[in-house]
Amino acid sequence: MHPWLLAVLGGVLVGLSAVLLMAMLGRIAGISGIASGVLAESDRAWRIAFVAGLLAAPLLLFAVRGDSGIGTPVVRWPWMAVAGLLVGLGTRLGSGCTSGHGVCGIARLSPRSLVATVVFVLFGMCTVYLVRHVLAGAGT
Amino acid sequence: MKILMALAAGLLFGLGLSLAGMTQPAVVLGFLDVAGAWNPQLLFVMAGAVLTTAVGYRLVWRRSMPWLATGFALPRATRIDARLLGGAALFGIGWGIAGYCPGPALVALAGGIGSVGVLVAAMALGWWLAAQWQARTSNRLRG
Repeated sequence: MHPWLLAVLGGVLVGLSAVLLMAMLGRIAGISGIASGVLAESDRAWRIAFVAGLLAAPLLLFAVRGDSGIGTPVVRWPWMAVAGLLVGLGTRLGSGCTSGHGVCGIARLSPRSLVATVVFVLFGMCTVYLVRHVLAGAGT
Repeated sequence: MKILMALAAGLLFGLGLSLAGMTQPAVVLGFLDVAGAWNPQLLFVMAGAVLTTAVGYRLVWRRSMPWLATGFALPRATRIDARLLGGAALFGIGWGIAGYCPGPALVALAGGIGSVGVLVAAMALGWWLAAQWQARTSNRLRG
């Protein structure tokens, strides 16, 4: 199947997951919110189960078709650490990530989520532009 | 039952991300690289996910409450403030550096790649630090 067709299909599965979580638990499928709650909040059991489901997905795919779908990182670990820290700080302060704002928030027609999504996509694009087209060769 | 449904939702979410190629940072960075060999794949994922969610949510909200909870927990904040914008900006920079947002990072953790573990640990540290900072500033506001 063409990667773009698979992309739409994958997106539909993500959407079905969000709808299932809303229908059953009444919750937004925001990964940063769900996963960060594993560390802090009291209502933890369902959050742990959701994260366990996320982790089980590539293992199931590997068992079924011999390919987990997990790609190789493109930057070395110090940059992975910097990126992770920024993603953690940013998604908590900004109350959401690609799923909570980008998928669920836009589907709810939330102006906050629409603005947040535009901002993180633009900053992501600017960062890639800097890394690949301005600092290229300066060693990442 | 609640746990089982959360597990199923997580599994479905992870399968969707994996099939869509979102657990490959090269594909994600290809979308963000508008000045290079731009790859629109992420846009197709978003389209499928947003449309499905938009239609599904409206069907679900016809009910007065979810099946396994007493109410819908929807975000109440409406203000577009500096914290939202600053947070989204920081997230975007981190996303652009490595090509991982929280969902794909957690899914990819199952691949056993050391540096993905480093990224997820740093992300958890970021969540914790931001929570500490938020608790402190809200205490100060209360006096």
